[in-house]
Amino acid sequence: MYLYVLQFSFLRIMSKRKAKEAHLPIGECIDQVHLILRKRFCHQQLPDKLEGVEAQHKHLVELLKRTAVHGESNSVLIVGPRGAGKTTLLRSVLRELSEVTEVQKNLLQVHLNGLLQTDDRIALKEITRQLHLENVVGDRVFGSFAENLAFLLDALKKGDRSSSRPVLFVLDEFDLFAHHKNQTLLYNLFDVSQSAQAPIAVVGLTCRLDVLELLEKRVKSRFSHRQIHLLSSLTFPQYVARVQTQLSLPDDFPDGKFVREWNAAVATLCEDKSVEDVLRRHFNSSKDFRSLHMLLMLCLSRVSVAKPVITPADLLDASRSCLADAQANMLHGLSILELCLIIAMKHLNDVYEGEPFNLQMVHNEFKKFLQRKSNSMYNFEQPVIMKAFEHLQQLELIQPADSSSAKTQREYQLMRLMLDHSQIMEALQKYPQCPTDLKQWATSAFA
Amino acid sequence: MAGLLDQPGYDEESLRRVSEQLPCRELQAGMLLSLMGQPQQYCYPSLFIYGHRSSGKSHVVNVLMKELELPHTTVSCVECISAALLFEQVLLSFFGCDAAAQLPRSPSISDFVRIYRQQSSQFPAKQTRFIVMEKAELLRDADANLLPALLRLQELVDDNVSVVLLSEIVWDKFRPNTGCFEPLLLHFPDYSKGELQQILSKDCHPSYSAEFYSSYINILLGVFYTVCRDLRELRHLAALNFSKFCEPVAAGKAKETETHKLWKNIEPHLKKAMQTVYLREVSSLQWEQMEEHEAGALRGLSAHTHVELPYYSKFLLIAAYLASYNPARTDKRFFLKHHGKIKKTNFLKKNEKTSNHLLGPKPFPLDRLLAIFYSVVDSRVAPTASIFSQISSLVTLQLLTLVSHDDQLDTPKYKCAVSLDFISAISRTVNFDIVKYLYDFL
Repeated sequence: MYLYVLQFSFLRIMSKRKAKEAHLPIGECIDQVHLILRKRFCHQQLPDKLEGVEAQHKHLVELLKRTAVHGESNSVLIVGPRGAGKTTLLRSVLRELSEVTEVQKNLLQVHLNGLLQTDDRIALKEITRQLHLENVVGDRVFGSFAENLAFLLDALKKGDRSSSRPVLFVLDEFDLFAHHKNQTLLYNLFDVSQSAQAPIAVVGLTCRLDVLELLEKRVKSRFSHRQIHLLSSLTFPQYVARVQTQLSLPDDFPDGKFVREWNAAVATLCEDKSVEDVLRRHFNSSKDFRSLHMLLMLCLSRVSVAKPVITPADLLDASRSCLADAQANMLHGLSILELCLIIAMKHLNDVYEGEPFNLQMVHNEFKKFLQRKSNSMYNFEQPVIMKAFEHLQQLELIQPADSSSAKTQREYQLMRLMLDHSQIMEALQKYPQCPTDLKQWATSAFA
Repeated sequence: MAGLLDQPGYDEESLRRVSEQLPCRELQAGMLLSLMGQPQQYCYPSLFIYGHRSSGKSHVVNVLMKELELPHTTVSCVECISAALLFEQVLLSFFGCDAAAQLPRSPSISDFVRIYRQQSSQFPAKQTRFIVMEKAELLRDADANLLPALLRLQELVDDNVSVVLLSEIVWDKFRPNTGCFEPLLLHFPDYSKGELQQILSKDCHPSYSAEFYSSYINILLGVFYTVCRDLRELRHLAALNFSKFCEPVAAGKAKETETHKLWKNIEPHLKKAMQTVYLREVSSLQWEQMEEHEAGALRGLSAHTHVELPYYSKFLLIAAYLASYNPARTDKRFFLKHHGKIKKTNFLKKNEKTSNHLLGPKPFPLDRLLAIFYSVVDSRVAPTASIFSQISSLVTLQLLTLVSHDDQLDTPKYKCAVSLDFISAISRTVNFDIVKYLYDFL
């Protein structure tokens, strides 16, 4: 029996050693890579450690611990541009707190979102639901919001009725709550956090730096004016390092050799000169996580069994499609008649300095061009030109200058062109088989 | 990036069927599929596909969803005029009618997310679920919070769901003021002339050879390509005019290879089509009947406004046109028998931009209309009620527009709503030379 156990444990040690150098076929490796990286880029999986926000992290943990453990009410706003990592910061803080048993036992959480709870009434129903108090409330009718909230918090009192359980209110898209009528929800939450009714913590997340301007005076006075800013002060080398960490695979990947090769390839990628130029362009436009994830997602979509690495060409292509001018892409697909109309509009804009025009004026300008040219290739009837004009309106390349469309005939309605000079000239350069007389007409009105 | 046929995780046979149904769109379909990834992996929460109409956006997405049997729901924003319809349809497709029945009356998006979360915790997604929204530009007119919420639906419901928006308007015009979750943009470029030819040639008629049909398509594109590059319109025109093209061959007057003769036969026909069927002035049925009976002139929809007017109504209309397009100070010169000396310089100062025929008709009071009418009509006519009732019927026919408020009964103001061609045709019938009386043509 003893020998059997020894043999068994020996075999286990052997298999463990073998497992360290396990090799998966390349197809499965790529699948695993996609699985892991897609969770990271698309599903915003919480990383193990957040970088660059240690101070803010510590501050928030302290604050929430005080509420959860010591029953102290608090309110704080986390402010930062879109994609800066506000929700990630909060989730990481909550994860850390849940490891403290006292917090895990006591703290109740209510998560509200300004996009979903568009009304204070809906918000109150959601709070009731998330605190699991629907049965307690039943069919009771309350006189005011404050009464309802007080009742809910009262119902959370512990058995010995000494104090209520601490509640954490997370308000995502906080600035949208400020647009509700009278800001009732905000007023009451902050009121409770200032008075000694029940220990609550109110954490608001918003992308507006001027969020305090949106609050009414009575709401603002009850707010603790505590703000945590996530304005990224990243330098370019830190940004490149972040790209490298985002693309690297974790060590617990099943195939050790593949992971080493992959991570080495990622490191060489980040040192490549052309990649550096691309990353610098993106760094200069926005440093946040979301645009980075979009870029890396486009690169990831090109990783396959046939090409199991990310090459600099991938990054260049991804960058090009991220930064492409969408309007120029649409101009590429216009018919020649529509292009002629746009050139005519451009000339009208040049001569009359941006004043609105109508179809008759555009047609007139077009006719002047046709008179100069001998061939009648573009000699179309007015209704055909009207149809092309309407197509441009549907694409929103031209928009009505004012909204009085009821009483004027269609051909006399004033419009404005939503493209500028350089976009039109660039589109003409890229247009497939653009006739030369059109190009000449575009450069000079008298060609 | 793997080609369309090499995507892992999907059945090869289905991928082959997909690529057969998507000519000239293999590249875009491959890109879309590589972004979607394998069904059990996560996809980016929102994708925005933009491109001209008939560039294959809905077609590619629908073919991919159907052939690869992915759990999806296609919503046209034209049909879903209220958010409740959208919520119901999504819950019905993903979780069945029990889930859809749980939605309260006039549900808010909060109810929708709550019910979705409940259902997805019971039935978690084993494959990515897709919500495809066509004509997504109409979402901008819905509630302000609907579009941002849909873009981050994956995060809000914590499920493997992805929203695909299809539109012909670019994303820059969608973005809300305070920003939102940016979707991944994917562009479907327009078809080139060669690709259009390739796709249109697939509709070839079985009783004729493929080269014959492609020469027909060549001629059709030669006439219509400068004006229209919309695949659907071109297919419609090709289908309508093919029988006319085959007429000489069927009658034995020409052989299939004599392209010049066939071209001479069909070209005037196609030019007429551009003025009628292309503009939807006549229906396709009328067009086909016309081909069979070789009737004379085809009366289009705009031709129906050439109603036969009574004699005095025609003069009233002419007077209204003159009142709209001539400035008031020039009336003396045109309509008085002895207008005396008028300073030429002030009178003839015209800026091309202020030509009234470019700016549109101007409103005029009823008195001015009657004054011009009496000077233009050659016989003596009494101001009876029948004259005034004719003015009202002209307004009903929408040849005149009432500009003043309905309450103003004593000095109503009108505008003339007809074009120069129309009024020239009318004045010809009464032997009146209108161009002589128009200020812009002096």
